[in-house]
Amino acid sequence: MKMHTQRMGTLLLILIVAFTLTGCGGGTSSTSTSSDDTTSSSEASSSDNTSETSQLGSETAGDNATEFDYWTFVDLHGKHFEKMLGLWNQANPDRQIKLNVTVMPYDDMHNKLLIAVQTGQGAPDISDIEVGRFPDFIAGNEVPLVDLTDVVAPYADKLVQSRLDIYSKEGAIYGFPTHVGATVAFYNTELLEQADIDYTKIVTWDDYKAAGIKLYETTGKYLGTADTSAGWQASMLSAQQGVDVTDADGNPTVNSPELIKGYEMLVDLQANNVIATIPGGQPDTEEAKGEYNMGNYGSALMPLWFMSRFTNEMTDLKGKIAIAPLPVFEEGQPRSLGLGGTGTVVTKSAKDIELAKDFLTFAKISDEANIEIWNTLGFDPVNTDVWAMEDVTHNPENEFVQYFINNPFDVLNEIKDEIMLVKSTASSPSINNILNTITTNEIFEDGRDVTEALNEAQELIEQDLQ
Amino acid sequence: MINFKRFLHSKKYAPYIFILPFIIIFLIFWLFPLLNSFRMSFQDQMLGQEPIWIGFDNYRKLLNDTVFVKAVSNSVIYMVATLILLIPLPMLFAVLIDSKYMRAREFFKSSFFVPALTSVVVAGTIFRLIFGEMEGSLMNSFLANFNLGPYKYLKDQTLSRVALLALACWRWTGVNMLYFLAGLNAIDKEYYEAAAIDGASAFERFKNITIPLIKPTTVYVLTISIYAGLAMFTESLMLFNGNNSPKNIGLTIVGYLYRQGIEKNRLGYAATVGIVLLIVAMTINLTQLKLTGTFKKEGNN
Repeated sequence: MKMHTQRMGTLLLILIVAFTLTGCGGGTSSTSTSSDDTTSSSEASSSDNTSETSQLGSETAGDNATEFDYWTFVDLHGKHFEKMLGLWNQANPDRQIKLNVTVMPYDDMHNKLLIAVQTGQGAPDISDIEVGRFPDFIAGNEVPLVDLTDVVAPYADKLVQSRLDIYSKEGAIYGFPTHVGATVAFYNTELLEQADIDYTKIVTWDDYKAAGIKLYETTGKYLGTADTSAGWQASMLSAQQGVDVTDADGNPTVNSPELIKGYEMLVDLQANNVIATIPGGQPDTEEAKGEYNMGNYGSALMPLWFMSRFTNEMTDLKGKIAIAPLPVFEEGQPRSLGLGGTGTVVTKSAKDIELAKDFLTFAKISDEANIEIWNTLGFDPVNTDVWAMEDVTHNPENEFVQYFINNPFDVLNEIKDEIMLVKSTASSPSINNILNTITTNEIFEDGRDVTEALNEAQELIEQDLQ
Repeated sequence: MINFKRFLHSKKYAPYIFILPFIIIFLIFWLFPLLNSFRMSFQDQMLGQEPIWIGFDNYRKLLNDTVFVKAVSNSVIYMVATLILLIPLPMLFAVLIDSKYMRAREFFKSSFFVPALTSVVVAGTIFRLIFGEMEGSLMNSFLANFNLGPYKYLKDQTLSRVALLALACWRWTGVNMLYFLAGLNAIDKEYYEAAAIDGASAFERFKNITIPLIKPTTVYVLTISIYAGLAMFTESLMLFNGNNSPKNIGLTIVGYLYRQGIEKNRLGYAATVGIVLLIVAMTINLTQLKLTGTFKKEGNN
């Protein structure tokens, strides 16, 4: 019997050791999750599961520099700040800055930031917040972010007002905008030529459908995507018909006749093999970008910031992608809308609020900043004066100018007055969540009736908002 | 000093000093949060804002919350399925490994156990790739040999449950097997010898000696499996690459708690979800313990 007790003791010991090990493994790693394909309208999302910190400005700033912590979910944004920080430290020897940049996955960063700013503990001085999550940060009576209205005011008449509105509450601006996010169509001309399709002739959805049918018959490939994990298509279809997924007071209206008509049109496209669901659920995911890079889809109807995904992650398509306005229901309807967006904020717990505000004004909305946002990030800057600067926009050295067949700004300037606003309201996070996880899957994967699915979505959103 | 020494050596007080660390940890990290979340479940609480007392509103809302019902049904189905798979199979493997005819015993023991040492994050990511919807994913290219598929595993309710259960079985079979091995070791081999002499077959010995004598282990495994099944979260989070699975097919009770509390900052409502989880898990486990006779005093049988 003694023998047995001993063996049992050994086994128990093994178990205890094993559990301690697994316990540690689970605990440290459970926080690092990435979910780029479930984000609602994320402008970008970092694809790896880890967060990393790097310090910028250590070469340009002296020992007396103020150190700021900056969080973001887009690796590229750090590159832009690196450039602007160098210029700032040169121009302001007595107000030097070092920036500790921490890049985290989308969900992870927003969840951590929300807790940090609300408890006032461990928050960075400066952070990026994606427009889809922004309402969560300005909900309630005590906004934990610094009011930036006074520093934005001198630039206000140069900037696209609607891009300031999405980061505002009751007239106060809480975030510096990054870009307009004008949505355009990216066509893979090499693929379209195989089916003898001229993308410049695609004006309406009927043209798009005819082209798609031809493409599928000739090559067996699809012209576009039926998105099941992003809400861009819902906003796009609504905006073209002059409505939004919310009404004037910000209440959800996802079962509007316009949106029903829009999704019925997409279902018709899907039935005719013009569009198909894509692995990953929407174009801005790892799986989908792989499909695009292999030339399996003929077009992506995405905001202009999707350009940087082409140059960074779909390098095989260089010289093959053309940019054009979106197809519409009837000629004369607005051919673009602003989608996605990142607001850069200063938290109330920042070390030196005035310095942070001045630096961000310089780094995000000054004329130099807007030019750099195009040069480094390939985004459409919120200062539309830049759009008219030929030498900046048509610079032959620019990697984006080199990558695409036509110049993005030729298209942008053509649709400049047609870029519709998508409101960001307190109900937006719920709307995105329900549409992207439930409704679009039911419509495109299960073939559920569009009216039924959208009516139920409306109910679910209202229930969620209670 | 002498008084202190006497105090330490006294048979009356010393035991309490020895269990003091446990009591303190229990009070601070278990009882206090529990009572606190009970209070929070009656409040509308957001971080950084003053909590508002709203009585039973959270509970009322929860009863009509279809997403919560979905989460509960997902968790319960997962829990029941893990009980069906993760108790008989590990028990069988344990008996086989314990058998005297078994070769390379240690090798099998450790290879069953290795998955439990892998981080869920890694395992979930690998399983997500295995069950990917691309034609080239491991599962789809395997099934293509039999002219099946390709399937979109992680967009379908049934197939995604299969994927989750595959992950659970891969991870936990080894752990449960070790529990059963420990239980088997405690059984005196003389019983088997005696039964063999009396002419009992291997199956009869298993049924009449092993099963009854291993019952305390079975009850223990059952209890922790019920709780672990209901509280599953990380596996689903990693498999679906986030907490928002298509049509909520992977949403669990804890996933919903996380969504409400952390993602939406509705801590009061999340606390209500937590309390309901506690009630469900306690009810099922207490019923189960009562039925298996764990509460009966020894010798009363």
